[in-house]
Amino acid sequence: MEVLERLGVTVEFPATQTCCGQLHFNTGYGPEAARLARRFVETFAPSELVVSPSASCVAMVRGHYPRLAALSGDQGLIDAVAELTPRVLELTELLVDRLGTTDVGAYFPHRVTYHPSCHGLRMLELGERPLNLLRAVRGIDLVELPGASECCGFGGTFAVKNADTSVAMLTDKLRAILDSGAEVCTATDSSCLMQIGGALSRQRAGVRTMHLAEILASREQHAAGGSPSGSAGASR
Amino acid sequence: MSHDMEHPPLSPFPAAARLALADTQLRANLRHATHTIREKRDAAVAEVDDWQALRESGRAIKERTLRHLDSHLLELEASVTRAGGTVHWARDGDECNRIVADLVRAHGAREVVKAKSLTTEETRLNAALARHGIHALETDLAQLIIQLAGETPSHILVPAIHKNRAEVRELFLRSLPQAPADLSDDPRALAEVARLHLRERFLAAGVGISGANFAVAETGTVAVVESEGNARMCTTLPDVLITVMGIEKLIPTWEDLEVYLQLLPRSATAERMNPYTSLWTGVRPGDGPQEFHLVLIDNGRTSVLADEVGRQALRCIRCSACLNVCPVYERTGGHAYGSTYSGPIGAILTPLLVGVRNAPTLPYASSLCGACYEACPVKINIPEVLLHLRQQVVGAEGPRTREAVAMRLLAVLFGHRQLYERAQRVGRLLQAPLARRGMIRARLPGPLAGWTDARDLPALAAQSFREWWGRGR
Repeated sequence: MEVLERLGVTVEFPATQTCCGQLHFNTGYGPEAARLARRFVETFAPSELVVSPSASCVAMVRGHYPRLAALSGDQGLIDAVAELTPRVLELTELLVDRLGTTDVGAYFPHRVTYHPSCHGLRMLELGERPLNLLRAVRGIDLVELPGASECCGFGGTFAVKNADTSVAMLTDKLRAILDSGAEVCTATDSSCLMQIGGALSRQRAGVRTMHLAEILASREQHAAGGSPSGSAGASR
Repeated sequence: MSHDMEHPPLSPFPAAARLALADTQLRANLRHATHTIREKRDAAVAEVDDWQALRESGRAIKERTLRHLDSHLLELEASVTRAGGTVHWARDGDECNRIVADLVRAHGAREVVKAKSLTTEETRLNAALARHGIHALETDLAQLIIQLAGETPSHILVPAIHKNRAEVRELFLRSLPQAPADLSDDPRALAEVARLHLRERFLAAGVGISGANFAVAETGTVAVVESEGNARMCTTLPDVLITVMGIEKLIPTWEDLEVYLQLLPRSATAERMNPYTSLWTGVRPGDGPQEFHLVLIDNGRTSVLADEVGRQALRCIRCSACLNVCPVYERTGGHAYGSTYSGPIGAILTPLLVGVRNAPTLPYASSLCGACYEACPVKINIPEVLLHLRQQVVGAEGPRTREAVAMRLLAVLFGHRQLYERAQRVGRLLQAPLARRGMIRARLPGPLAGWTDARDLPALAAQSFREWWGRGR
C-alpha cells in the first residue's frame, strides 16, 4: 500500500474479495475452486489492474483460471476470465513493467537474502525483477542465497499431507539461509515465508522473514522497527 | 479405470517417505548423486544453442505420433515382419510374460541374459520366468546389483542410485564368486568383477531379452541406447532376441531419431552422446540373432491415451531428468513411490497406468515446484497432470472424507464476505491461549499437527488488513 501510493497509484481494496481458490484447486477440489474463481472475476472485473503480493495466487489466476473456466463449460465465465487475467499482476511485475521503476525510495539497512518462490520463478518467470527492486533499496546488504531456486517445501497442503518430506526440504533451505549470513529472508510469496519463517522461529535461528513489499515500504523512519503497518501478504 | 481390480493398492507415499527420510545413508547417497548429475546436465544442456527448439520438436513428434498411434503401430508390425521379425501383442503384463516364457521354453533355455528394461520390471517378468524354472540374468551393472541384493530399482536410469560403492563392494564380496578377497571399492574394480561374472554367461546364452528406447515404424528398426555395452551383447550374441516394448515408444520415421538421440543422452546422463547406440532391423542371416520377437505391450497405456490431460505422460522417453531435479525424490528416493516408475514421472505415470484408486497418494507426492517440467526434454507438464489427477483422487474418495468436509466448509467461508470476516474474528479468539508474540508454538490437532511438529505458525494479526483498510487507516 505504502509503496503503491508513494508511486502515485490509486489503490482500491474490494472488501468482497476472499481467496483465489488455489488451496482448493491444488488439493483436488476443482468445483469449489471454480466457484471462488467466479467470485474473484466478479469482484475484480471493474478494476483497471489487479495486483497481488503473492506469486502463487497470480499463477493460479493466470495459469489455472482459463482451464477451470473451460471445465465449467460456462461461456460467460470463460470470456470473463480471458478478459481479466491479462490485467492480474504480481507486485514486482506492476512496479518494474507497468510503472517502469526499480527504485521505490526504500531504505532498509539490513543484510537480506532473497528466496525466489517456485511459482514466481518458474510459472511467472519473474526473473531479476525482485532482485533489481532490492538492489535499489538504500542501505541494504543483499547477499546471495545458495541453491536459491530449490523449493522450500511448502507446496500448500503438501506441507501437512507430506509433512516429513516438506520439513526435510525446509531444513536444507534453512541451512542455505543461515549459510548466507543474512538476518532477513525475503520472498514474493507469503506462503514460502510462512514455511521458512515458521521454522526459523521454531529453531530460534535469529533470522526473520519479511515480504518483499515490507522491505520496499521501509523508509528512514521505519528502519528501526522493520515492519510498517498493514503487512501486505499475511492478512489477505 | 479398467485396471482397478488387477493392481493391489500401493502403500501410502507419506508413510514410505517417512521411513526413507530417516535413512541417513540413503539421504547422503541420493544427495550426492542427484546434485552431481544436476550440475552435469545443466552444463550439457547449456552447450546446445537450440535446446528449447529441440524440446519443442521432441514434444511435437510424440504428440502427433500418439494421436495416430493405431496406424503407426500397424505400420511398425508390417515393417518388422517384412524384415524377418515376429510381432506379438500383449494386452497386459501377464499376457506379455506368458508370451515371453513360451518363447524361451520353446527354445529350451534355462537362462536368459537381459538388458535393462523398465517395461519388464513393470510386468515383473523375472519372477514370471522363475516360475517356469528360467533364470533371467540382469546384465546392466546397476540392475545386476539390484538383482543380487533382491531389491527393486529406485531410479529409472540408475536403478542402484541408493547404494554407494562401499555397499556395492560388500554385496559383491557376499554374492559373486569372482570377487577377490581384497576387492576395493574403486568403481573400475567393481565393474571388472561384474564383467568377469557376466562374460561367460553372455557367450553361453541362447536367448536375450531387451527393452526398447525407440522403434521406427517406417523401417521396423528398434533402438536401445546405453552406457555399458551389455545391451549390445544381449541383442547381438544370443541366437534368439526378444524385445519387450510399450506401445508408446514408437516413432514414425528414421529422421525422428535425430531429435531423440540428442535429447535423451544429455537429459539422462549429461552426455553429448551415449557410448552405445544399438539399432537393429529384423534379422540378417549369419549376423546377430537369427530369430527376433517384438512384444508390444499395452498394460494400461490405451486408457492413459484416452485421458486428455494425462496422455502427455506417454511422451516420456525415460531419461530421468525429472527425478534428478526433484526435491522430493532427492530426499525420499525411489522406493517410497512403491512403483517401477518413481519421481515426478512416476507420480503421474503410475496412477495413470494402474488407476488413481490404486495409487491415491502419488499425485500428492509433490510440492508442485515445477522443476520437473522445466527439465523435461519432451515438455511433459507434470504439475498440470498432478493437479488433474488430484481432482480424480478427490472424486474417487467421495464427499464424506474429513478433508472433503473441511474443504467444503472453507469454500463456504471464502464464498461469503461476512462469514469470512467472522471466521477471522473467531479464529483470533480461539488462538488467544496459544499465540505468543505473534506465533503459535503449541501442537495443533488433526492434520495441522503435521505443521506444528516442526514449525511455528504465524498467528492471525490483531487487526486484519481489511479492518485496517476499513477504518480509513
